[in-house]
Amino acid sequence: MDLSNTDMIRMYEQMTRIREFDERAALLMEQARVHGSVHLYCGEEAIAVGVCEALNSDDYITSTHRGHGHLIAKGGDVQRMYAELFAKASGYNGGKGGSMHMAALDLGIIGANGIVAAGLPIGLGVAFASQYQQNDRVTVCFFGDGATNEGAFHEALNMAAILKAPMVFVCENNGYGEWSKTASQTSVTDIADRAASYGIPGAIVDGMDVAAVHESAHEAIARARGGAGPTLLECKTYRFYDHVGRDFGVLKRDPEEIAKWRARDPILLWREKLIAQGVFDDKQADGITASIAADMEQAIAVAEHSPDPEPEALFTDVYSESLS
Amino acid sequence: MTIKTMTAAINEAIDQEMERDEKVFVAGEDVRVGGPFGTEAGLHAKYGDRRIVNTAISELALTGIGVGAAAVGLRPIIEIMIMDFVSVAMDQIVNQMAKMKYMLGGQARLPIVVTTHAGIDSSSAAQHSGSLEAWFCHVPGLKVVMPSNAYDAKGLLTAAIQDDNPVIYISNKRCMQLTSEVPDTPYALPLGVAEVKRAGNDVTVVAIGRSVLDALTAADELAKEGISLEVVDPRTLSPMDMTTILGSVQKTSRAVVAHEAVRTCGIGAEIAATIGDEAFDFLDAPVKRVGAPFTPVPFAPVLEKQYLPGAAEIIAAVRSLYV
Repeated sequence: MDLSNTDMIRMYEQMTRIREFDERAALLMEQARVHGSVHLYCGEEAIAVGVCEALNSDDYITSTHRGHGHLIAKGGDVQRMYAELFAKASGYNGGKGGSMHMAALDLGIIGANGIVAAGLPIGLGVAFASQYQQNDRVTVCFFGDGATNEGAFHEALNMAAILKAPMVFVCENNGYGEWSKTASQTSVTDIADRAASYGIPGAIVDGMDVAAVHESAHEAIARARGGAGPTLLECKTYRFYDHVGRDFGVLKRDPEEIAKWRARDPILLWREKLIAQGVFDDKQADGITASIAADMEQAIAVAEHSPDPEPEALFTDVYSESLS
Repeated sequence: MTIKTMTAAINEAIDQEMERDEKVFVAGEDVRVGGPFGTEAGLHAKYGDRRIVNTAISELALTGIGVGAAAVGLRPIIEIMIMDFVSVAMDQIVNQMAKMKYMLGGQARLPIVVTTHAGIDSSSAAQHSGSLEAWFCHVPGLKVVMPSNAYDAKGLLTAAIQDDNPVIYISNKRCMQLTSEVPDTPYALPLGVAEVKRAGNDVTVVAIGRSVLDALTAADELAKEGISLEVVDPRTLSPMDMTTILGSVQKTSRAVVAHEAVRTCGIGAEIAATIGDEAFDFLDAPVKRVGAPFTPVPFAPVLEKQYLPGAAEIIAAVRSLYV
C-alpha cells in the first residue's frame, strides 16, 4: 500500500524512539538506577511500528514482557514509561507494575504481561467485547515464538477462530525463547504453519522490513474488522540483545549470527530506503535521531526525580469500590 | 415468594441481572443447553447466542474472555463447570484477573464472576469432587462466595454480579437441589457479611457450604443433651466477616469450624487462627477444626462416605471441647 512521506518519516521516528528508549533503559538497568528486569525490544522495532501504524487509535493491543516497543508504537508517553521503570508514582502503573506490566487502558494498551502467552486469552476477551458491543475495533496480540508453545496460544487461537473474533495474532519470532534457541523448543520451523490447525490464514513476514510488516498487518486488520476473523502473522526478527538486559551472562551467541542480523537492522534498512527515495537525507535523519535522543534524556531526568509512591499505595487498588 | 431450589435461585439471579444490565453475559462450556446443573436453563432461548456464549472445552481461554471483556467494560459471568477444572484456568484467575487492577496502578475495574460447582457428589472421584475455596481466599484481589441455601444463593450471586471485583462464586453440588423460600423479585445480599443461622449459647460452629446443614443437624442433636450451638455461616469467605464470628465466640467461649474441604490449610485454619489471635482471652477450650482427611477424594462409595465430614464429626468436635 502507498505510504506518504509523512507516514514514512513518522515510522522512522517511532522506530528510533523505541530504540533510543530501550538503549537507555539497558544502561539504566546496568547502572541499577531503574528497578527489576528490562527485556529489550532492540532489533524488533519494525514489528510494533509496522503493526500499530495500521491500527486506529481506539483499537487495542496486548503486549508481552518485551513490551516497551509496543507501548511506544501505540502512543505511549516515554516519560511515564521511564517513570514506571524508576518505580515512581507518575509511572503508567503508579510504580506498582514495572516494565513487565506497563499498560495504558486509555490508549487501548491492555498491558504488557509477565506470563508468557497470557495476553492471548485476554486479547480474545477484548476482541469478544468489540463484537459484543459492535464497536468495530480490532485487537492485536503481540507475543514471541516461545508463547506459541503455551496452551494459552492453542486455546486462544481455536476460540478466536470459532468466534471469528476481530483480532490479529502477531508472533515476533526472534529465534530465542528466553535463553534457548527456538528450534530446540518449537516443533515447526515456521510458526505461521500453526495457523492451518485453526483454519485461519497464516503468513510469514520479514520482521526487519517495516513496510512489509505494515502491509501484512494492514491486510490482516482489515480482514478482522470486516468480520472474517483472525490471522496469524509470523514476523521473522532477531533479538539484538539478551533475554534480560544486554548481556545476562548465561547465553553465548555466535557473533556471526549477531552480525548477520545487525546488518539487517530495521532502522538502518528503513533509513537507507527513505534516503534512496529522497524522503529525507542523512543530515535530516541524524537530526531526527538527535532530537529524539534529547527528548529521552529530558524524560529520564524528569522521571528519575519524580516522587516515589506514598506508603499507603501499598494498600490501594487491591479492590475496586463498586459503583453500581 | 416461592419455594425454589438453589439451582433455580442461581438461574433467576443470572436472568434478572442480564435483564437489568445489558453488559452482563454468560460464557462457558455447554451453557446454551443450560449447563449440567441447569443453572443456565432457558437463558439461551431468552438471550440468544450473543449473551449466552458456548465456548470450547478451554478453561484458560474461557477465563481470558472474562478478563479481557471486563477490562474494556463488560460484566462477564464465566462458568467453570466443575471446580477442579479451575486448575486449567489458574493463570487467568490468579495472575491476571486478581492482580490486574493493582499491577496497573488502579487503571482497571474487573467485574467478573466465576461460577463453579464444588464438592463431593455420587462417586465423582478425585478430579470432580474438589472443594478448593481456600486456594482463592489466599489470593488478594479476589472475593470468594459460598452460599449454603437457595435464598442466600440468589442474593449473593446478584451482589457478586453487581460487584466491580472478580468474585469466585462456589456452589456445593449437594446444595443444588435444596429448597427454600426465594423472593421472585431481585435482591442483593451484601458480600462480606456472615449470618447466624441458629442462635445458641455454648459453642460457636462456623460452617460453610453444605457443612452449614451438618452443623444445624448437629445443633438439633446436641440440643437434646442441653448443649446449645450457635451456627455461623460466613457466606462470603473473602472478605471474611470476622466481626460476626468473633462476636459469637465472645458469647460462647468455644468454637468449632467445619467444612467439606481438606482440613489442612483449609479456610477453617484461617478462621481458627484468627479466633486465636483476636479472642484468646474469651476461649475456654482450643478451637477445633472439622474437615476432610489429607487424601484425594476417593471413588468407592464406602470410602467416600468415610472421607466426607458431616454432622457426626461436628458433634464429636463439640464433645471434645468438654473433656
